[in-house]
Amino acid sequence: MSNDQDQIPPISPPHASPDEERVGVYVCHCGSNIARTIAVEDVAVWAEQQEHVVVARDYKFMCSSLGQELIEQDIQAKGLSRVVVAACSPHMHERTFRGACQRAGLNPYLFEMANIRELTSWATDDREAATSKAKAQVKGAIERAVLQEPLEPLFVDINPNTLVVGGGIAGLTAALELADSGYHVYLVDRDSSIGGQMAKLDKTFPTLDCAACILTPKMVDAANHPNITLMTWSEVVAVDGFVGNFSVQVRHKPRYIIEDLCTGCGTCIEKCPSRVLDQHFEVGLGYHKAIDRNFPQAVPKYPVIDTTHCIYFQRGKCRACQVVCPTNAIDFTQKETFEQLEVGNIILATGYEQFDARRVPQYGYGRLANVFTSMEFERMVNAAGPTSGQVVLRDGVSAPQSVGIIHCVGSRDKNYNEYCSRACCMAALKFAHLVHERVPDAEVYNFYIDIRAAGKHYEEFYHRVLEEGTHFIRGRVAEVTDAARGPGEEGKLIIQAEDTLIGKQRRIPVDMVVLMVGMEARHDSRNVASTFGLGCDFEGWFTERHAKLDPVVTMTEGILIAGACQGPKAIPESVAQGSAAAARVAGLIGRRTIKLEPVRASIEAAACSGCRICNNVCPYHAIVFHEAIKISEVITALCQGCGACVAACPSAAITGAHFTREQVLSQIDGLLWDMQPGVLVLA
Amino acid sequence: MQYGYYPGCSLERNAGAYHDSTMAVAGVLGLQFTEVDDWNCCGATEFFSVHQMQAYALTGRNLALAADQFAPKAALPVIPVEAAETPQLVAPCSACYLNLSKVDRYLASSPELAAKVNTALDAGGLHYDPGSLRVRHLLDVVVNDAGYDAIAARVQRALTGLRVAPYYGCLVVRPGFQGQFDDPEYPTTLDKLMRVLGAKVVDFPLKAHCCGGHMTQISEDVALELLRRLLKNAAEYQADVIVTLCPMCQLNLDVFQSAVNRRFGTNFNLPVLFFTQLMGLAFGLAPERLGIGKEFVASRPALAKIGTSGEVEQERAVGKRAKRRNDQSLPMPYMPEEEER
Repeated sequence: MSNDQDQIPPISPPHASPDEERVGVYVCHCGSNIARTIAVEDVAVWAEQQEHVVVARDYKFMCSSLGQELIEQDIQAKGLSRVVVAACSPHMHERTFRGACQRAGLNPYLFEMANIRELTSWATDDREAATSKAKAQVKGAIERAVLQEPLEPLFVDINPNTLVVGGGIAGLTAALELADSGYHVYLVDRDSSIGGQMAKLDKTFPTLDCAACILTPKMVDAANHPNITLMTWSEVVAVDGFVGNFSVQVRHKPRYIIEDLCTGCGTCIEKCPSRVLDQHFEVGLGYHKAIDRNFPQAVPKYPVIDTTHCIYFQRGKCRACQVVCPTNAIDFTQKETFEQLEVGNIILATGYEQFDARRVPQYGYGRLANVFTSMEFERMVNAAGPTSGQVVLRDGVSAPQSVGIIHCVGSRDKNYNEYCSRACCMAALKFAHLVHERVPDAEVYNFYIDIRAAGKHYEEFYHRVLEEGTHFIRGRVAEVTDAARGPGEEGKLIIQAEDTLIGKQRRIPVDMVVLMVGMEARHDSRNVASTFGLGCDFEGWFTERHAKLDPVVTMTEGILIAGACQGPKAIPESVAQGSAAAARVAGLIGRRTIKLEPVRASIEAAACSGCRICNNVCPYHAIVFHEAIKISEVITALCQGCGACVAACPSAAITGAHFTREQVLSQIDGLLWDMQPGVLVLA
Repeated sequence: MQYGYYPGCSLERNAGAYHDSTMAVAGVLGLQFTEVDDWNCCGATEFFSVHQMQAYALTGRNLALAADQFAPKAALPVIPVEAAETPQLVAPCSACYLNLSKVDRYLASSPELAAKVNTALDAGGLHYDPGSLRVRHLLDVVVNDAGYDAIAARVQRALTGLRVAPYYGCLVVRPGFQGQFDDPEYPTTLDKLMRVLGAKVVDFPLKAHCCGGHMTQISEDVALELLRRLLKNAAEYQADVIVTLCPMCQLNLDVFQSAVNRRFGTNFNLPVLFFTQLMGLAFGLAPERLGIGKEFVASRPALAKIGTSGEVEQERAVGKRAKRRNDQSLPMPYMPEEEER
């Protein structure tokens, strides 16, 4: 391979006169973030002695106004033609320093950043090694900077339509906010109804207003909004394009209902003879028909046929629904269809899943009848749920005289998930209150590690529940068992836990146990992330651009996230994120055009052999082939500057602007400045 | 497959049935166990609390002997270390298994400790490099190396109708030890093995609770109460037999069952067998070869159930009672494992 390098012809003309470039180098202390590990003064002094360098300085905070002014003054006073800042990640401040260059009259693409914080000072405590690495990074940046060329940004129009994926409370909020601002929204949900997890809930903490009462008006608004196109029972299968101009393929799963004819009367549901356990909306606690909707207020009102349980689909006869339908809206022959959408921005609000309580076998879920999960309990207390809101044991009739609520099931536990699921403490308090309300003489025990009641009026609600007489036992539960030791425990479920406040083991016999299961990322969140081109963390939550300062934007321009797909969240935070994402999108649409990085590939026609290898490697379909002249060409607006074609081109006919071969190789030379020639073997 | 075999003292005395049935079953499954020559006591559960250093040396000697005996002989120097398979040492007794595994791990994590132990071993001309053996429990080897499928294929007389309470005891599932093969809180490998043999596995919530260990000799009150809980739990779930994988557990539940009955006025009559004995029966081996009959609480009445059609019918009837449609009771959560039962 090393020999090949010599044979590759230079693809852009050698730089006019890199020797004449005047480089300024600025080494940032970042308070103590960098200076604690790297001898920043040494790096600056050393840098000043390097070729091309006219001035080198170190400064406490280069990103401060004073730091930026330092650069601007030097550009003007010393006639700098290139600027190198050794500081943090370009994700943090590249834009800041490019702005400083521009204000001083220097093209912003004649600036280079060396990341000596994330890559160096934060990565080690070895001061000597870190300082040496920082010098190499600075040297590389200088060598690259002198070969940089001035570039002009590209402007593209923004499609004002937005795709919102997920119709839970976060996505619903985002869709309504945008639609109310006058922009069109496609709201896609893979479920048969919008509403998400919130539609399953009964009351919401801490105000105890009914979830349906505050959610269903929003669902109806979304369905009726002239600016919202609702697509339920649909999934996004492919995303192409870039910010401002995404092309999205949506798969509409067959409902087997002709929506234009269906009046939502529900006769088919009533007459369907196939009654099956509802593992989805009723989380296994109730039943649904093979043709059904999730709940009476489902939006849209059209039911869906569950083909795995439909007698017609399984055995070829029945057709009861078709016979009774007054408008002939049943169509067993429906097939999935695909639709192409053009949108400018995409908001993902795909939500979370409940932790599977079966994974903690010592708590007995699935073995011991009267152990319930929090979502089962939520359905139970819901007036529209399987027990019409009555709190009963698994026998369906007896009210529990004592209920044990176990916190942090699957959360704050290194065997499962180390994180806190945020919403469960408050939900547990709500449950305690609801048990008192529905079964007034029942005893309620909360087994908790810490009560996390951080939120407006949350702590007050905690006190209210304390005063209602709920018992709080601080300590993790060891097991739930029906193995009674004495007469008081016979026929009960016994919760064994360490009470860490009195330092003793306690055994509390109860009739019912509720497991507060945590939140987990959706099982297929990694696939969804790859479809939309964004990142996931270790647990599968979508990664935001900045955890504190940019929580709803991802590293992919034009793809935003809201709600629990980013991490565990309760309703208020999900709504806030939905609104925030909508505001960001509306702001972008309002600008009409967007400035794009001019980091694009281009093909030198004379060197192109027409082999078409690049056509296939381009993930953005940005390369066209001119059949007549047998030459490929990059459509600049579609190109995302990933560089795949540059690497793939066997004739070295493709150049990536801002990442030319000379620039990259010079940077590598710079990085290896203190290596002896010939020592390095390229395998 | 070849394994080093460390029987431990129990299998030479009170748990002879465990040894006999292990050898019989191993023969059927093609597992070859070669006993460690000149092995000594593992230190049991208490010696580590009495004199830690001596206990390490005591168990270290067993490891050193086994490593020397089972090391791949005449290994060519060019073969990289990773390529040569680490010899495996199997212990049927939970205490032996835990001690051997624990000492190996502690020696690996503390070079000072390893140096001290090796100084002691040096007096006998022995040496042990931590990690040069893979210590495993017999159950682990049976279900994971021989495998459930191979076991199922050997079943000639399914244990249909026999209600079994699987008892693991507290030692074998301790978390964080090398060789851990099951969930420390609620192990299920033995459950699955019994199902493969055709038995009905009853839920046994106390399956990983303590049997009292040697407390019978130190504080009978404590031990008998612990045993009472276990027997009561198994009886409540209508188990015909308790099946175990540890000689200490078997001894306590079996020998002290009458003492529990006397102390608490109970009437437990639960035979306690080793899992290898039930495997042997299912494989169609003669009960005598498996040490059946050596137990204090006779197992023959319970085992009479196996294969008698009347009992099977009754079992099915119990299962059918399950669910009437449209009654008010709420459905139970779906459990994937239920289908295997």
